[in-house]
Amino acid sequence: MPETLLGQSPLTVLILVPAVVAALVWLVPPLRRLARPIGLVTSALVLAGAIALAVGFDVSAANETQFAQVADWIPAFGASYAVGVNGLGLVMVLLATLLVPVVIVAGWNEVTLPATVGDGDETAERKALDYRRAGWVALILVLEALMIAVFASRDIFLFYVVFEAMLIPVYFLIGVYGGANRRYAAIKFLLYSLAGGLLMLAAVIGYFFVGTDQGPQAFLLDQAPGLDAAGVPLITEMLLFLGFFIAFAIKAPMWPVHTWLPDAAQQATPGTSTLLVGVLDKVGTFGMIVLCLPLFPNAAAAAAPVIIVLALISILYGGLLAIGQNDMMRLIAFTSVSHFGFIVLGIFVGSATAVTGSMIYMVAHGVSTAGMFLVAGFLTQRGGTQDMGAYSGMQRITRVIAGTFLVSGLASLALPGLSGFVPEYLVLLGTFEVAPWMAIVAVLGVVLAALYILLAYQRVFTGPPSANHAGMPDLNGREKAVMGVLIAAMLVLGFYPAPVLDLLTPLSETVAALVTGGVA
Amino acid sequence: MSIDLAAILIVAVPLASAGVLLLLGRRSDGWGHWLGVLASAASAVMAFVILFGLLGRGAEDRAVDVHLFSWIPAGELDVDAGFLVDPLSATFLLLITFVGTLIHVYAVAYMEHDDDRRRFFAYLNLFIAAMLILVLADSFALLFVGWEGVGLASYLLIGFWNQRTEYAVAAKKAFVMNRVGDMGLIIAMGAMFASIGSVDFETVFAAAPELSEGWATAIGIALLIGACGKSAQFPLQAWLGDAMAGPTPVSALIHAATMVTAGVYLVVRSGAIFEASPTAQLLVVIVGAITLVFGAIVGCAKDDIKKALAASTMSQIGYMMLAAGLGPIGYAFAIFHLLTHGFFKAGMFLGAGSVMHGMNDEVNMRGFGGLSRFMKVTWITFGLGWLAIIGFPGLSGFWSKDKIIEAAFVGEGWQPWVFGMVALLAAGLTAFYMSRLFFMTFHGKARWNDGKNEAPGPEQHPHESPLLMTVPMIVLAVGSLGLGAFLAFGDRFFHWLEPVTGHAEHHDPVIPIPVIMGATVVLMLIGVLLAWRQYWASSVPLMPPTGSVLTRAARRDLYQDSVNEAVFARPGTHTVRTLTYADTAVVDGAVNGLGAGAVGLGERLRKLQNGHVRSYSAAMSVGVVLVLVIVLVARI
Repeated sequence: MPETLLGQSPLTVLILVPAVVAALVWLVPPLRRLARPIGLVTSALVLAGAIALAVGFDVSAANETQFAQVADWIPAFGASYAVGVNGLGLVMVLLATLLVPVVIVAGWNEVTLPATVGDGDETAERKALDYRRAGWVALILVLEALMIAVFASRDIFLFYVVFEAMLIPVYFLIGVYGGANRRYAAIKFLLYSLAGGLLMLAAVIGYFFVGTDQGPQAFLLDQAPGLDAAGVPLITEMLLFLGFFIAFAIKAPMWPVHTWLPDAAQQATPGTSTLLVGVLDKVGTFGMIVLCLPLFPNAAAAAAPVIIVLALISILYGGLLAIGQNDMMRLIAFTSVSHFGFIVLGIFVGSATAVTGSMIYMVAHGVSTAGMFLVAGFLTQRGGTQDMGAYSGMQRITRVIAGTFLVSGLASLALPGLSGFVPEYLVLLGTFEVAPWMAIVAVLGVVLAALYILLAYQRVFTGPPSANHAGMPDLNGREKAVMGVLIAAMLVLGFYPAPVLDLLTPLSETVAALVTGGVA
Repeated sequence: MSIDLAAILIVAVPLASAGVLLLLGRRSDGWGHWLGVLASAASAVMAFVILFGLLGRGAEDRAVDVHLFSWIPAGELDVDAGFLVDPLSATFLLLITFVGTLIHVYAVAYMEHDDDRRRFFAYLNLFIAAMLILVLADSFALLFVGWEGVGLASYLLIGFWNQRTEYAVAAKKAFVMNRVGDMGLIIAMGAMFASIGSVDFETVFAAAPELSEGWATAIGIALLIGACGKSAQFPLQAWLGDAMAGPTPVSALIHAATMVTAGVYLVVRSGAIFEASPTAQLLVVIVGAITLVFGAIVGCAKDDIKKALAASTMSQIGYMMLAAGLGPIGYAFAIFHLLTHGFFKAGMFLGAGSVMHGMNDEVNMRGFGGLSRFMKVTWITFGLGWLAIIGFPGLSGFWSKDKIIEAAFVGEGWQPWVFGMVALLAAGLTAFYMSRLFFMTFHGKARWNDGKNEAPGPEQHPHESPLLMTVPMIVLAVGSLGLGAFLAFGDRFFHWLEPVTGHAEHHDPVIPIPVIMGATVVLMLIGVLLAWRQYWASSVPLMPPTGSVLTRAARRDLYQDSVNEAVFARPGTHTVRTLTYADTAVVDGAVNGLGAGAVGLGERLRKLQNGHVRSYSAAMSVGVVLVLVIVLVARI
């Protein structure tokens, strides 16, 4: 284990750096004016750190926790500060650290003063603007720290605390920096999440009491025994499982607890939506893999058929609803409901191939959704509305926006050669292996995806060019760089996903065996 | 140059060219089209390198597997990206790159006045690269990359003029219907993975003879669904007519010569699977036979020259599909017809484009007539294509179509009689509708406004197209004329394909071969004569006559769109609307209602929103701390 400066895990450093910088930017007034460059440099450094971590990662031991660090935290309650990553954790950390600088660059000029502020005093206005921007950067950096922490948590209690703490920056990012109806969306998001969080908290406490180990390291994930070994009745195990699962299903989000997402996506800024849907929602499916299955294997196996049906409903329902949307951001939100259906299906269907598919799906979807949210943001900021009906023939006016939207959309509809394909292919083939009829239902999602993406493209970008938007500027260099990075990632994941798969495949057998009741 | 390197470059060059043209954008407008032509020509050179490379080897040694890289190493499913160069894929390489390059050259002139010509060539190059991946892939997974890649290129090119909404709709329709077929291909791969544990050709085809008939039938049917989508075969044919919205070079290259024949390639390539399931084979033949007649009937009624040609393409691919379903005896004939069809149909599409070029983009044949005097090269080259497709003795189509008709008569029981007669009668129909098209366009009285007659519409000045357009047409016409005889001579094409298609035992048809040939020629002549009487000798009305029930049905593509509309589109739209309403009203409402207390909490939270970020964060922090304290207290 490579030791860093103070004997800490490099993961701890990656968590601390953005958190400390966030505090500085927020609290030290002279730094506020430089908040955006500071945020960018910090997130770039964190990304570099994450890449260095990946380079130092031992791929041959991808199913073991690496860069681990364990320290006592609340021994009385069995909680430790334990961090470390296996292949999946590493991949998720890489996704999160890639998207943060992308979002900062994309939203560079996005934060402005509300119309109410501004009585002509330029200095005051500038100060207010700096303050607002500093808040934005600080929130994103705090969120980055928490995202790294949640994917690196190797302690159940730590995971829970971070899981809940993440709500705070997102709540403010939506509620302060969002659109006209932002408060409603932010509160809806918060209430949904808190409801899930409370269930999870109950389950965490319950796990502590029914578990065999109630010592100072009771919550350590790498030592925590599954409840199947503890002789706990299935009903108790099932209740605890549901506490975790419902929290994760809300986060993911799955049908029927998805309704917060379209509102949140509609009101949040594209950058917030990118982090929310691209990374944070993955904590739900990540939690299903690293907590639900290993801790409650019997309950997971018993609940799997129901969960699979809900996943199939999500795939089709999300697809159909996406077709019915007029608001671009809501549309993207519903495509995600459909995609999360695929991810959950792959996790619970009981095939190692499908599990591998679900795990790489989490990364691929993060990248393609980022592309869609951000380019839709670039378009709607210029066009003044998210209503697709207000646009027409934009391909003739803003070519680069049209092209990058289409590529991101094609990645989302799983066109081979782009990021979406390999994951969806693995989930479908793996599902077919164990449950052919489920696969045949799920594959309908492939046609729905073609419809919702191309219908949106048709409505916005084809037809006679809209006179209202004549002369609208195309992407500038900064925005092109954002889309360029994302599209490059989509292509790499499409054509050469092998390095990522090598990190994930070793874990899949274990996970799939948990669902099918086989021996890990 | 080694075959390995040539196989990599043949794909890499057009792919790179497409990338350059798309990334440079407007900066490459001045020369982009020539880069596109060069890239395609370079691929054609590579195709010949590969051809001669293979010819230099012994017949049994003509399969080269080019390993590229480990693509999807996902444990149990482990897919390598690799190319398989063998006589079958090499045949396609030649067809795609040779015809493709001619069409690229043609398009330089055809698209000259389009602002977006460079983008057009980028898409054409993208198409070439994807199509080459499709035929070179050594696994179903990589084949699928090309398969959907050509679907994307087709989408982009059908919608090239998508500022017209109906063209954008046509493009989307093509992609979505293709995706319905692609579902079949994904299911087929799922079934292969479940039953064999692999999706690469070598493993799958080696294991195919051992498959249970149930699995073989399932995989076969699923593959057939995929083939139907891509090749516009019944019941997934409805997109092809609308696809004529694309610029004519696209129709020639993608929707006549290459992409739409990919379904036939898939069936022939997967022969081992179909041979393990007589049921699947029979279904392939039935689909082919239905489409053969369907397309021919529609072709008899269309007045739009491109749509008539599209119906003809459907019908001719029906021939190929029928042959491919007959098993090893038909594989080589299917590919042979595919090859000759690629030449003469592409030639005729380019001819149609040349006519449109000279007639202000008019496509209605009722507004043509007598054009042979004004565009001699177009007339002669088109004429050779026409003679080839109707199977005039000696020309390309004669050799290839005749073989299929003969093969259809081979077998036992009711099948040879039914399929043989369908194939035979369709030859007569083909002769009728193609002669109708040819006579209405080039012969009879001029029905366009030449400034002297009474014809409506703007005054037309039909003229021959420039050399860049006529030379490709001439080359393709030479193919229409001689390619069939050249390849049929000494059965050399069948020997060439034998390492892939296997050696077929010779069986005699249920009717003697000379009788079949004689009947084919007689039926063809009857078809031509009927068309001559109605569309050359007598005057063609400018407005289509009401016509019989069948004619009216054929004009509307046998109501394919009405059926799809009623069965899928309308119920689908209704479902979407209902669900969209219900999502807010019911699902969201229920979840909201479930947490009635939460709503109350929301109200209170709302009141707390006094606009100060700091007070929020304080409140939130207190909340989290409270949660923690409660937890700790509970423990202690």
